[in-house]
This record gives sequence, C-alpha cells and structure tokens, in this order.
Amino acid sequence: MTTTDNRQMWEELGIDLKKHDMLMNALPPIYKEIYLSQKSRPKGMGFFDFVVGDIHGIRVQELRQHAKNGTIVVATYCVFVPDEIILAAEAIPVGLCAGAQFSVPIAEEVLPRNTCALIKSSFGFKLGRICPYVQTSHLIVGETTCDGKKKMFEILSESHPVYVMEVPNKKTQLSRELWRGEVKSFKDVIEKKTGNKITADKLAKATKLVNDRRRALQRLYKARQSNPVPISGKDALLVTQVSFYDDVSRCIQQVNALCDELEKRIADGKGVFPSNAPRILISGSPMAIPNWKLHHILETAGAVVVCEESCTGTRMFSDLVPETGGTLEEQIKAIADRYIQIHCACFTPNEERLDDILRLAREYKVDGIVHYNLQFCHTYANEAVKVERALAKEGIPLLRVETDYSDEDAGQLRTRIDAFLEMIRR
Amino acid sequence: MISLGLDVGSRTIVLVAMDEGIADSVILETGVNPLRRCQELLAERSYQKLVITGYGRHLVSSALGGETVSEIRSYAVGAKYLYPDCCTVIDVGGQDCKVTLLSAEGEMLKFEMNDRCAAGSGKFLEVMSKTLEVDIGGFSDLALGASRVVHINSLCTVFAESEVVSLISRGVESSAIAMALHEAIAARITSMVRRIGARDRVVFAGGAALNKCLCRLVSEKLDIEITVPPEPQIVGALGAALIAKAGAHFQNAVIEETKPRAFK
Ligand code: SF4
Ligand code: SF4
Repeated sequence: MTTTDNRQMWEELGIDLKKHDMLMNALPPIYKEIYLSQKSRPKGMGFFDFVVGDIHGIRVQELRQHAKNGTIVVATYCVFVPDEIILAAEAIPVGLCAGAQFSVPIAEEVLPRNTCALIKSSFGFKLGRICPYVQTSHLIVGETTCDGKKKMFEILSESHPVYVMEVPNKKTQLSRELWRGEVKSFKDVIEKKTGNKITADKLAKATKLVNDRRRALQRLYKARQSNPVPISGKDALLVTQVSFYDDVSRCIQQVNALCDELEKRIADGKGVFPSNAPRILISGSPMAIPNWKLHHILETAGAVVVCEESCTGTRMFSDLVPETGGTLEEQIKAIADRYIQIHCACFTPNEERLDDILRLAREYKVDGIVHYNLQFCHTYANEAVKVERALAKEGIPLLRVETDYSDEDAGQLRTRIDAFLEMIRR
Repeated sequence: MISLGLDVGSRTIVLVAMDEGIADSVILETGVNPLRRCQELLAERSYQKLVITGYGRHLVSSALGGETVSEIRSYAVGAKYLYPDCCTVIDVGGQDCKVTLLSAEGEMLKFEMNDRCAAGSGKFLEVMSKTLEVDIGGFSDLALGASRVVHINSLCTVFAESEVVSLISRGVESSAIAMALHEAIAARITSMVRRIGARDRVVFAGGAALNKCLCRLVSEKLDIEITVPPEPQIVGALGAALIAKAGAHFQNAVIEETKPRAFK
C-alpha cells in the first residue's frame, strides 16, 4: 500500500495529520537505534519489524476493511478483558498502545499530571486524534483495575463509546461471582454491539484460538530460559506487544515460526548475548508499545532481559482457559475463572504474584530482578515493598526503578543499572 | 605505571592520577563542553590506564577511550581505600544522591539512589542558595547562624522554591530559611540511609560533603558519627583510578589492595 493511500485513510479516520506526521517521523529513527542496531537478530523478527515499520498502515487498513464489511472492532487496554468473548462474536479485539511519550503532554492539558504515563498516553492518543486504531474501533472496553483508569474512562466516554468491566479487588467467592457476572454481561454487550449470537460452539473455537496464541508465547518464553539466550529481551517484548493488536491467527503462525528458529539456535548453542551476560527478570507495570526504555538501557549496559513478569509478559499468557467445552454457561465460567487468576497488583492480597516472581526467577535462572514501576502507579509501587522483602529473604538481588516514558532520567537510570550489574556480575 | 581516574560529573570534572599512591588530582568545572574539557585534561598527560566514571562517562569513553564504571561503584572503591573499615558511603553530587552499603570485604551489597528529581542533590542546594542570594560556599554558614526554626515541607525543587518565596514574603530571615532547606535535604538523605540500614563507618563524600551544616545535620539525624574525607569531591575519581590500576579483575584486585588480610 502506498503512503498516499495511508494518508487518505488517516484523513477519513479524522486523524490530526500534522501531529500524526510528527509521531510517524519520530518513530523510525528510534526504532532503528533501539531495534535494527541489534546484532544477530533472529530472521523471524522480520515480520515484527515490518509490522512496526508500517504501524499505522496495513493493519489499520485491514481493520477498516473488516469494519466496512460489518465487523465490529473492539479496543482494549488491559489483559482482564477476555478476547475469547470478542472473537466468539466475530468481532476483532485490538489491544491499544499506550506506551508513547508523544501523547502525554496532550493528555496533561486535561488530566492531572500526577497520573501514570500509561493512562496519560492512551488518553492523549484519543484526545489528540493521533491513533488510527482508536479511531477505527467501535467500542473501547475499559476496566476498574485502578482509580486513575476508572476515572479516565469516564472522560474518554465523552468522545468515544466506552464500556467498563468491573474487576473486583479481592479473590473471595463473592468476588469471583461478581466477576463471572461481569463476563456474562460483557457477552451480552458484545452480542448487542455486533448483532451476533455467541454460541457454545463459537466460544469453544475462540477459546482454542486464544489459547493457541498463549501457547505460542509460552513457547517463545520457554526459549528464553536457555543460556545463551537465543533472542534479546527487546525482541521478545516486541513480539508480546505486537500480539496485542495483530490478527490472532497470523500472530500465532509468526510466533511459532520464530520459535522454530529459536529452538534451532538453542540446539546449535547459538545466542545473542554471551552466556555470562547477567540474566534479568523484569517485574511490575506493563510496557505498552513503543515503551522499550528499560529493556534498551539494560541491554546496552550488557545485561539480557530473559523474562517479564508483567501484563506484557507472563501475566498475559501463562494460564490457559480449560478447553473442556460444555454449555455456554460452563464455558463463560471457565473463562471468568481463568481471568481472575491474573496476579495484578489491583488485588488484595496478592501473595500469588510474589510466588510467581520467585518461581520465574528460578525457571529463567536469573541473576537479578528489576522491579519496574510506572511513576504514580500506586498499586505496584506499594506492592514493591513486599516484593523487596520476599526477594531479600531468598537472597535475590533487586533494583527498584520508578520511571515514565520520557527520556529525562535516562542518565540516572543508566547509572543505577550499571551499578546494579556491577553488583551482580560474577 | 600511571593510572588515571576521571570523574565526569554534572558540576565538576575530577582527575586523579595514581602511581604507587595518589600522585596528583585536578578539579575543574564541567562547563558546557565536558568532552573538550576532558580532552584538554588528558592531552597534557602520559598514562597507561584510564577508567571513567560520573554521569558523562559513556559520552567521554566513547570519544576518548577508557573503561567505564558507575559512580556508585567508584565512590565505594575510593571510600574503602581511604577508610578500610568503611561500610556505608553517602555520595551527594550535583544531580543525585546515592547511599551504598558495603560488606567488610568491600563488595557492594545494596544501594539507593534518588529517582528522576533533583531533590536531595547538590542541585537543590544550588538552586535554593540562588533564591536566597548567597553563594553556595556561604550557604552553610548562613544556615548555621539561624536563630529560629521554620519548616520547608516540600522536597521537590520546584515546590520548595515557591515555599521559600512565600517565607521570604512573610519576612522570615534568610538564615532560618537556609536552615530549613538544609533540614529538608538532610531528612531526604537520612531516609535513604535508613532504608539501606547504615553500618559504621559511614563516609560522606561528593561535593555536598563540603557543606558543614549538611554534614552536621545528617550526623545528628542518624545519631551516628560520619567521616568526611579531606577532599570529598575526589573520591569517585580516586575509585576509578584504583580500578584502572587493578586492571581487568578489578573487583578482587581492589579488595586485596584495601583489605590485604581480610580477603580470603
Ligand atoms: S497491570 Fe493490572 S490493570 Fe494493568 S494491564 Fe495488567 S492486569 Fe490490567
Ligand atoms: S500502570 Fe498502574 S496506574 Fe497505570 S494504568 Fe496500570 S494499574 Fe493504573
């Protein structure tokens, strides 16, 4: 597709072309520096490079084509929103990116500055009319996982159709029932929006499909357990990020093709970092595309990120929905019960996340953990206290980082990361 | 053999040259072109090894060569060399504040460093002394002359500045305001020290350690005696020079140097 086609499409979508041009011009040099400069990248990353290279082009065009044929596009932000339901109604889920600094100042014209960057970034994209995915979508589905988002969705709903799912804060029986009800109502909302009935059969198929994506990502992460590691943390993060908005079947295919290559590399003992490079687990707030900041600093400092305990990481795919089929009600219950197992810091208590971190640290044979906190994200910041204690008890080195999307603190971060690596390097 | 340690900080550039012991040291203002400063500094000398630390380390090493080491580690090594029983290092520099806990053998066990903002750094003191129209050298004496107590609540440089302005407009004398500012930054530093669980001996280094009032407050708040080296600003460059001297396996080598008996 040509640039002129893209421009015309963006115009039709009501994109603010001037701002959008600025964003589009900023991305390639950053991507080149952060991604394309890496050595011995897997060939399978070519697809993902292509997707990012045309980030607002071909995929949007695809979605628009579907929309023209009557398909509903549903935009989501959080891994609590069950893609299965959306797909079973023959609608298309797209995870929205909220990882760019570019839209933060725009959001700050309205939202309080001391709001987390993820919220500001996503809100700014809508407010500034720079995200063609939001513009293409027929519905944004939010959730009540944190107060900032909850209130942002209210304001967002003034300019776009928004539906908010209520995620409970505890994992008691009562909360589970509330959540099952929420998933059921969500099904009704999607059915109404699409005009398509969700049947047991369709839901079982969708469940299988989403599970296949999870399996593919599990396979990718499994490869990262090897030493030397066959893929950089940056590349793996990108794959996860792209899987949020790419076509599900294509994504599965591409991730599996990449994994074939990685497994071959492992068999040949080939890696992208020397086997003595410090292995790092990142745990904490999600990193939405194009937020590659922490990975980039760590990996240019000589470490390698081998796992993310995050919603752009293990929390997205580590549990499958049981594919036992059954009636529609039974399947919805199985889906709800799978989603409430996500160990997000919005829950209290959330001890399971601590267990996850310790388990992942062992499985990925990490030398240290970086706790990543978006500034003003209070749930993760407070939970970090417990993470710190649990790791101290096990003698696992931890660095706590609180940052946002801007580059102002890159120097300070680099110093802390250098010192952390000097500390754990043997 | 001459080994050089270069500390490229946000305010000053410090060079330490070592042969058997410290041969020479130079302190310059960083200015607007730190790379050129360093080039000039190095051009005058012959040396065998160079290690660069400080926030400008990557910039300078990619242009002029030399290994890099973080300031956190170089300060730890420098302090341990000067005081072999040192277990805690406080380093307050131009843009940040760091506290590092060391094992008896000199290994870094833990460190704390301020996030993004300049609160609790030399920059904070500098901005505030400007607001009060005293030079940074006289700021400490001004505070020590305070005869009453006022409080500054904000640690954010921007908000603290507006608090200062409102205190001035209420007629509060500048010595009391200066003291309040010192109190605020000392509180910030001590909370970091407490987080890390300081152990004797505590060495306070970096440019801000020249500020007597700050040293006194930190010591009082922690209820612990703190040691300020005679030239607190050169400790980072000294550590870098020691690392240069020890060569590739600096971690062990430097420890041996500082703790000949305790190691292994
Ligand atoms: S961290 Fe919690 S709120 Fe944020 S995306 Fe993950 S599950 Fe959703
Ligand atoms: S990172 Fe934290 S504050 Fe930001 S949206 Fe997620 S849960 Fe909310």
